[in-house]
Amino acid sequence: MMMSFFDQFASPTYLGIPLIAIAIALPWVLYPTPSSRWVNNRLTTIQGWFINRFTNQLMLPLNMGGHKWALLLASLMIFLITINMLGLLPYTFTPTTQLSFNMGFAVPLWLATVIIGMRNQPTVALGHLLPEGTPILLIPVLIIIETISLFIRPLALGVRLTANLTAGHLLIQLIATAVFVLLPMMPTVAILTATVLFLLTLLEIAVAMIQAYVFVLLLSLYLQENV
Amino acid sequence: MADKPVALAQKRLMDVKLGELPSWLGTRDFTPNGLLGSVRGGYERYFNKYINVKKGGIGGVAMFLVGYIALSYLWEYDHIKHDRWRKYH
Repeated sequence: MMMSFFDQFASPTYLGIPLIAIAIALPWVLYPTPSSRWVNNRLTTIQGWFINRFTNQLMLPLNMGGHKWALLLASLMIFLITINMLGLLPYTFTPTTQLSFNMGFAVPLWLATVIIGMRNQPTVALGHLLPEGTPILLIPVLIIIETISLFIRPLALGVRLTANLTAGHLLIQLIATAVFVLLPMMPTVAILTATVLFLLTLLEIAVAMIQAYVFVLLLSLYLQENV
Repeated sequence: MADKPVALAQKRLMDVKLGELPSWLGTRDFTPNGLLGSVRGGYERYFNKYINVKKGGIGGVAMFLVGYIALSYLWEYDHIKHDRWRKYH
């Protein structure tokens, strides 16, 4: 059987259950609801503190209309961060490497912001297609360009997340294979490569969090334009 | 020496003698509702023992994640067993 480096992105099925189902359901288990006590246990308190900070940071640029989306955006961000970070553990499967998964988040949410804008303030929403101060001769071209950029947003959102995570996982696997192959032959080079691998893993941890944040941030910006 | 006589259905798994195992399994509830209840009960036991304590540490979460890694390995075994240290002999 041909082993390729892309096999890590295929979800294996065992006993009829695909691993992607477990990977998607896992974040729900990892965040227990706070109990109705005055002071919760230490872990729940830490969790609540983090979620509060995230939501605060997210809601900063939004007006009151955007705050209705607080629950959706905050839970989306927690979900994506958890999935990305869990994917860095050995042998686990990362659902966000699948383009279909990310497009399933990007397209409906982007479309919702556009429809909200068109329904509530159609003039303003259409006005976004023409930046202020453009020379008169450029207006038709610019409208076309802005429309294209509007429609490319969901594609960009989904592909950005997919590509970043897939590339990161692939790099880790490649460099780790290089370390294994080099170890018996040139141990010094292998140690250098292992250092690169370590640094790359740190980068991946950062990328996992940043990409989720960027996804949700851009969505909130699109919302801010339209709401 | 001799244990107090306890009804078989109420014994926990670790207290059941090996010979009594089939009859003990017969007393368990394998309906979907029953399975759901046992999963929820297991979750509550783990949660209340390791997470819902005043000064919980990384241990509770770490054990769970190691279990997740083991589960993922189990799922991927059929695929991983074809890996070779040297791809071309």
